[in-house]
Amino acid sequence: MLIKRSEARAGKQRLAAAYAGLSSGGLDRRAFLKQAGVTGVGLSALGAIPLTTVRPAAAGPVNHAEPVTRIKNVCTHCSVGCTVTAEVQHGVWVGQEPSWDSPINRGTHCAKGASVRELVHGDRRLKYPMKLVGGQWQRMSWDQAMEEIGDKLMAVRQASGPDSVFLLGSAKYTNEASYLFRKFAAFWGTNNVDHQARICHSTTVAGVANTWGYGAMTNSYNDIRNAKTMIIMGGNPAEAHPVSLQHVLSGKEINRANMIVIDPRFTRTAAHATEYVRLRPGTDIPVIWGILWHIFQNGWEDKEFIRQRVYGMDEVRAEVAKWPPAEVERVSGVPGAQLRKVAELFATQKPSTLIWCMGATQKTVGTANVRAYSILLLATGNVGAAGTGANIFRGHTNVQGATDLGLDVTSLPLYYGLADGAWKHWARVWDVSYESMVARFDSKAMMETPGIPTTRYFDAVTLPKDQVEQRDNFKAMFVMGHGGNTVTRMPDAVKGLEKLDLLVVCDPHPTTFSVLSGRKDNTYLLPICTNFETDGSRTASNRSLQWGYKIVDPIFESKTDYEAMYRLCGALDRAAEKRNMPIRFQAEMFRNIEVKGQEPSPESILREINRGGWSTGYCGQSPERLKLHMQHQDKFDLVTLRAKADAPAEIANDFYGLPWPCWGTPEFRHPGTHILYNTNLAVKDGGGTFRARFGVERNGVSLLADGSYSKDSALTDGYPEFTIAVLKRLGWFEELTADELANIRRYFGENIDSVSWSTDLSGGIQRVAIAHGCIPFGNGKARANAWNLPDPIPVHREPIYTPRTDLIAQYPTLPDRRGFRLPHLGQSVQNRAKELAPNFPIILTSGRLVEYEGGGEETRSNRWLAELQQEMFVEINPADAASRNISDGQWVLVAGPEMPRDKWTKVKALVTERVGPGVAFMPFHFAGWFMQEDQRSKYPQGTDPIVLGESVNTVTTYGYDPVTFMQETKVTLCQIRAA
Amino acid sequence: MARMKFLLDSDRCIECNACVTACKNENEVPWGINRRRVVTLNDGKPGERSVSMACMHCTDAPCQAVCPVSCFYTTADAVVLHDKDLCIGCGYCFYACPFGAPQYPRIGNFGTRGKMDKCTFCAGGPQEDNSEAEFIQYGSNRLAQGKLPLCAEMCSTKALLAGDGEVIAQIYRERVVKRGYGSGAWGWRTAYRETVTI
Repeated sequence: MLIKRSEARAGKQRLAAAYAGLSSGGLDRRAFLKQAGVTGVGLSALGAIPLTTVRPAAAGPVNHAEPVTRIKNVCTHCSVGCTVTAEVQHGVWVGQEPSWDSPINRGTHCAKGASVRELVHGDRRLKYPMKLVGGQWQRMSWDQAMEEIGDKLMAVRQASGPDSVFLLGSAKYTNEASYLFRKFAAFWGTNNVDHQARICHSTTVAGVANTWGYGAMTNSYNDIRNAKTMIIMGGNPAEAHPVSLQHVLSGKEINRANMIVIDPRFTRTAAHATEYVRLRPGTDIPVIWGILWHIFQNGWEDKEFIRQRVYGMDEVRAEVAKWPPAEVERVSGVPGAQLRKVAELFATQKPSTLIWCMGATQKTVGTANVRAYSILLLATGNVGAAGTGANIFRGHTNVQGATDLGLDVTSLPLYYGLADGAWKHWARVWDVSYESMVARFDSKAMMETPGIPTTRYFDAVTLPKDQVEQRDNFKAMFVMGHGGNTVTRMPDAVKGLEKLDLLVVCDPHPTTFSVLSGRKDNTYLLPICTNFETDGSRTASNRSLQWGYKIVDPIFESKTDYEAMYRLCGALDRAAEKRNMPIRFQAEMFRNIEVKGQEPSPESILREINRGGWSTGYCGQSPERLKLHMQHQDKFDLVTLRAKADAPAEIANDFYGLPWPCWGTPEFRHPGTHILYNTNLAVKDGGGTFRARFGVERNGVSLLADGSYSKDSALTDGYPEFTIAVLKRLGWFEELTADELANIRRYFGENIDSVSWSTDLSGGIQRVAIAHGCIPFGNGKARANAWNLPDPIPVHREPIYTPRTDLIAQYPTLPDRRGFRLPHLGQSVQNRAKELAPNFPIILTSGRLVEYEGGGEETRSNRWLAELQQEMFVEINPADAASRNISDGQWVLVAGPEMPRDKWTKVKALVTERVGPGVAFMPFHFAGWFMQEDQRSKYPQGTDPIVLGESVNTVTTYGYDPVTFMQETKVTLCQIRAA
Repeated sequence: MARMKFLLDSDRCIECNACVTACKNENEVPWGINRRRVVTLNDGKPGERSVSMACMHCTDAPCQAVCPVSCFYTTADAVVLHDKDLCIGCGYCFYACPFGAPQYPRIGNFGTRGKMDKCTFCAGGPQEDNSEAEFIQYGSNRLAQGKLPLCAEMCSTKALLAGDGEVIAQIYRERVVKRGYGSGAWGWRTAYRETVTI
């Protein structure tokens, strides 16, 4: 890999500089200047900071003569949830040690985790609040920044209504900050609040929840050790979740398990597979149906499981019958014999698990894809037991938690939705009146209408007003912890950003938002600390919550998310008062939240989450319990995640991190649920059934489980979700305690029959149901047929930009429609794309590199990581390279069909068989170059990431999933030529 | 005393580069100096394998044999270290080393390479153990603290093992027997004139 490492580049050289004094061969002046040139911006900027007001972030070696404090936090770079152990002296993070006790990472890290200390050195961090004045960055104080931002937001609100502000949150928040931001959106009066889950697993959440109840990983990384067969389809965990490979490879070794990788690229994960299947990008459903075709043909399906626990499988059979091996090969390129082998292994060498990531989800058919994956698991009976399941690897450190806590345009925290019942529930939890919440919105209708997602924010700015179904276009955008290069169609995004009246970016780094557009004014940057500089819990992909402790105080002038939000609320209060607007924030929003100085306490926020988190079982994970788990990490079993026999009483029987659902109050001491829908355990031990979420019958067919129930259940057949009425019918109503009943009556009055397991704030209904071995959400069937989705049974649809234009007539994308307050074009774009396809003959797909994360601003600013990947590149097959006279390592130009005419991006070529002929791959972490313009000089001085490069999303194109508006990043078309 | 060795299980290595950044983090190694690096063979093709490489702390180390100023020495734990105050940056060791371990802070002609730098097995150098002077010249001394090199301790898939040669060979042997395959202890024959027999 020529392009990966370049030698002889000098960075900020702490050790080298030290050589100068102690050894003879130090730096001479000329060498120093030469090296300083490379990082000159950084050095000079550091020199310019008055040290009296900025906390220095310098770290030195450990002083072994003095005591060292060890503090545990959680890595911020992916959803595996590796514990980070920091060594701190005098408030400085001086060393990082392996976290041997964590059952998740057992001491290990990947390149990112092993370098997180550098984030808190922070040479390139944003050091103080700044704003653009006439195109120049100016330093300002926090107070001044907050007053100006508060005033401008309130002006936008007055002129255009609350929905004209787009609130973009972060999967890097703690659970508490996620919840607080969602709560803030509710108090601001809009549902236009979103975060990165939109662009990573929104389709998983929608598709999987619509299949069996919850849209999360059913098992855990650790449980993969139990699998005998695993399919990894549309994921490259060796780069995206390296520590998960510890469990995957151990499982593969211990069980001699089959490890099948299905991917258009021969990934680093595929290099360790026992079977690699290469498919054409965008043909996941044909491949899954091709596998199921063999399963049904040979009778390998789990008939008893389907009879007892699955609804609508016969309709799947009918669709699958259309995919015999010849048709699958014609569409996807995968030979029938290979899929027969995969089918036989998956269906007969059980337990089997299906692992997926963004290769499945970031598609115009994302929801349908993950539905097909789930159906394959259901057909083979591979859900709800050890070694099975949908092991969905989420992306960011807390994207699971931020999703759960409702940073989403379609729901309040914990999947309550937006209907008035949901609002009333949260109004009770927040101790405010429902009417006061309605008054904060433009109307009750807008309050119950899903907002505009992050994939389309710029369309909501630039489209004609009459096409955006709210009072006005987006006029302001408030971004916290989110890159500006993560969304497709960047040339269009630039237009949107330039048209905004106000752009506020709160982040440890300036992010791409600060340089991408030609904005000259009304742009603010607020320095936020990393999660290593604050306390709070985070939910790993396996639904375990882990409490992270503050390692050092926020460096420079950065503040925590909590404090920034609290200050914003205060500024808004003052701005509202000035404008004689009745709306207020701080007093009501923080009514039950403890605030120390300007900083809300994360513990008290988590307690409020516990008070309202019944629907998803976020009710039992009190801060005290989570802290005990962090303290006794070594007492949990590696494979079952259960507390071992020698565990202290206060964590006995618990699963590590109390993976949700953790039912009842904290005092109820539910152990959490390691494996969802697991009928082999009693509910009080973490067992369960499929959720009865979709009613009790449809067209005369029961939707409740048939003769399947969890261990020790008093009801030995399917049952609906629990309400007071159900308790009464079962004769269990009297078991509610007087306190519980008083609590219920306090909120609901005398007519309490409709109070349910998810709205009862006393936890009594859950307690009584579980006492009888029943799960509060009912015992239903999983749905192979999800009748409420655009495609109730997943069907293949060609990508919008497909090279196989011959297949469009047979497998067209969905017709144009509307969704999320915006027009959603499908077939009209596909028809236009058909004409463009001959000029863009190469399929472009995108993905992760191990060294970087997300938009990459944070990791590209980390010198230990940046050194490992110094240039943006495109992987191109040798055949395609040869026909274009492209050699490995040279500059090439890449253009997409929606880029402005004659504009190209410029990247390095990596000629490799990793991609098949006709396919190119680009990583998505780069930014700072935009269609060959180097934007380094536009960053505030000293905050530019070390490595810049073209963003793949400058090339990517239109295309959205109909259910969630997930963007299509995995299949588009491009042309490549030598530079 | 233990005979310290590295052992890389290339059937487990996924080129995640944790070893590389862990080394940077622990020893504050500057940009451009790679005490450890990961090399991938057959990149992107079936049979792709990655190997994490650093100084292997050879038995009868060739670097030691060619050094004109005899700056190398072998510790009681069989870790090969060198004295930067003696090193003249001649580069002979670089030519002698079968693993490409020696690194130089500068590029130039005629002995302007600067003092050679390489993996110390997290065992510091000739200065007083865990003194600031030792850290600045050589990095961390984990061995003196009763710990092993951080690269191996943090390896994401536990592919890279470091420690007493007998112990890590036994771990590897058990692994190979359990899973039924193993492409051998990479580099052992060159470095230690022996191999791990299963």
